[in-house]
Amino acid sequence: MDIYLVEAIINGILLGGVLALLALGLNLIFGVMDVVWIAYADIVMCGMYAIYFLYAQYGVPLPLAFIIAIAGVSGLGVLVHLLIIAPVLDSPPLNQLLATGGLLFFLQSFATLLFGTDFRNIGVRLPVLEIASMYVSFARLIAFAVGLIGAVALYFFLKRTYVGTAIRAIAQDREIVALMGIDQRRIYIVVSAIGGALAGLAACLLALQYDVHPFIGNTFGPVIFIICVLGGLGNMIGGFIAAFVISQIIAIGGYYASTELSYVLAFTFFIVLMLIRPRGLFAP
Amino acid sequence: MFLAAGIVVLIALPLVAPTYFLHLVIQILIWAFIYTAWSLMGRFGFVSFGHGAFMGIGAYVPALLWGYWDVTPWLGIPLSVMASVLLAVIVGYPCFRRKVVGHYFALVTLALSQVVLLSLIAARDITGGSLGFTQKTVGHSWYALQFPEKGYFYAIAVLLWLAGLWVWLWIDRGIGREALEAISEDEDAAAAVGIDVMREKMRVTVISAALTALGGAIYGQYVMYLNPETVSGISVSLQIVFAAILGGVYSLFGPSVGSLLTLSLTEGLRVWFGTNFIGAANTIYGILLVLCVIFMPQGVVGTLQLIRLRRRSQAKPAAAQDGVTAQDGVTAKGGVTAKGGVTT
Repeated sequence: MDIYLVEAIINGILLGGVLALLALGLNLIFGVMDVVWIAYADIVMCGMYAIYFLYAQYGVPLPLAFIIAIAGVSGLGVLVHLLIIAPVLDSPPLNQLLATGGLLFFLQSFATLLFGTDFRNIGVRLPVLEIASMYVSFARLIAFAVGLIGAVALYFFLKRTYVGTAIRAIAQDREIVALMGIDQRRIYIVVSAIGGALAGLAACLLALQYDVHPFIGNTFGPVIFIICVLGGLGNMIGGFIAAFVISQIIAIGGYYASTELSYVLAFTFFIVLMLIRPRGLFAP
Repeated sequence: MFLAAGIVVLIALPLVAPTYFLHLVIQILIWAFIYTAWSLMGRFGFVSFGHGAFMGIGAYVPALLWGYWDVTPWLGIPLSVMASVLLAVIVGYPCFRRKVVGHYFALVTLALSQVVLLSLIAARDITGGSLGFTQKTVGHSWYALQFPEKGYFYAIAVLLWLAGLWVWLWIDRGIGREALEAISEDEDAAAAVGIDVMREKMRVTVISAALTALGGAIYGQYVMYLNPETVSGISVSLQIVFAAILGGVYSLFGPSVGSLLTLSLTEGLRVWFGTNFIGAANTIYGILLVLCVIFMPQGVVGTLQLIRLRRRSQAKPAAAQDGVTAQDGVTAKGGVTAKGGVTT
């Protein structure tokens, strides 16, 4: 097999790790609250700006900058929930979609207003590994590993802790849960905070690989949605697998054609699959 | 009264208005037409994020045909409309057959507008990619549908807008509306009482897609410069959805009011802030959208009508019921939506 193709496949797997992390956050929020955060990728963008300014402008050490960014984006998630989602929780689902869509407009333009449209890089250059004459980016390897660790940590959190059990219970049946003495509003805030923290973690991983600019959310956002829907909205394991399917399409498509065409291929694949299996790849 | 005043204003405007102002009005009218076209579907709860795709095809097909083969837009525009309808059928038919609704419909159509956007960028040898495509100019020409003088496009835009309103009324008056409302409330129940769910949905989708492509084509002819980001993709789709919802998708003039408000707001803020604050206009716009969805999901026009209705029913409670049915534009549906906004 062509060595460059193998390289593309490996890079695709590594890209899948970050996408899976983002899909997990979005799926967690959807599964529990039944709300799709259209602006999720733009919340990631906020985290990337935070890292850029903390590390590259004010000289905060990188690990500390990462921790502050994760905490900050987590707080932003709670804020988004309290200000935007909570008031429309009882509205029809599409109004919720539109409210977070308004947030997308706001975040993108506010970032443009504050920071301009320049591409900014935090300036960390991680080495490129050479394995059997294939080049694998170290930043991507880290991103993949952290993505996997994050997914496993979330899994155990949901399975083994009291709050995690409550979260899974809400996802299953919203009405009954209140009778079991679980405060739904508190769980919603916890879930928003976790969703935000996952976005913050993704921001750290993405900041190592990509320049940040106000519209970077448009690059990842639509891809994360199709991953979540392909896996079945709210189905975390499905979303996790779908992330790798889509990232492989993008990587191999990019190898044979161009980057844009590989995305065209991924979106077309998504549309066709939705028409064959409307509730996602792994729907019962 | 209002109608007569409106007609006088529409006719007098190009004679008295400065060029810049006329330019703004033309854009407001063309977008109003596109928002109205979207609302034909949106008012029945089929929230499509795919209209950026139809608009992109509508704008690019005539421009490319004219640019490369000197095909007149008189042929190019019908071709672009047909291409959009074809796409709408290819995606819409299986979508409706497989009952892809709500979130899933919104996200499938969102992917569709990304497909068109990325295809336009990927075909950069032909379309110029992200750098955009400038149309070949020939001066004043009916054959090329190019008019340097704004008055001509003003007339075209007014006619287009009126045609859009006419289509709205045509669907509103027809039996199809009741069928569609039934479908938007409960698809299975509608099918059970003998409504051909597929046919009704397809019909309104095809009309909506065709009009959106037509609007995109006229917009392309008018601005003469096309950029994939400004005529297709997720941002244009969101722009369409939001302006229509802001104005109100349940009233005849709602989408037009949405166009008037958003474009004059963007333009006003742009002039106010100058070029120092790129993004200021959209920041305020975004905040307004969120507030609008939270506090008045039936839009500006819908909310005004509700307030008027409420006042009237307070003034003379006995006549309240007449007020509801006689009120122009506020239909029985208007009452339902007062509770919920966009219904799935």
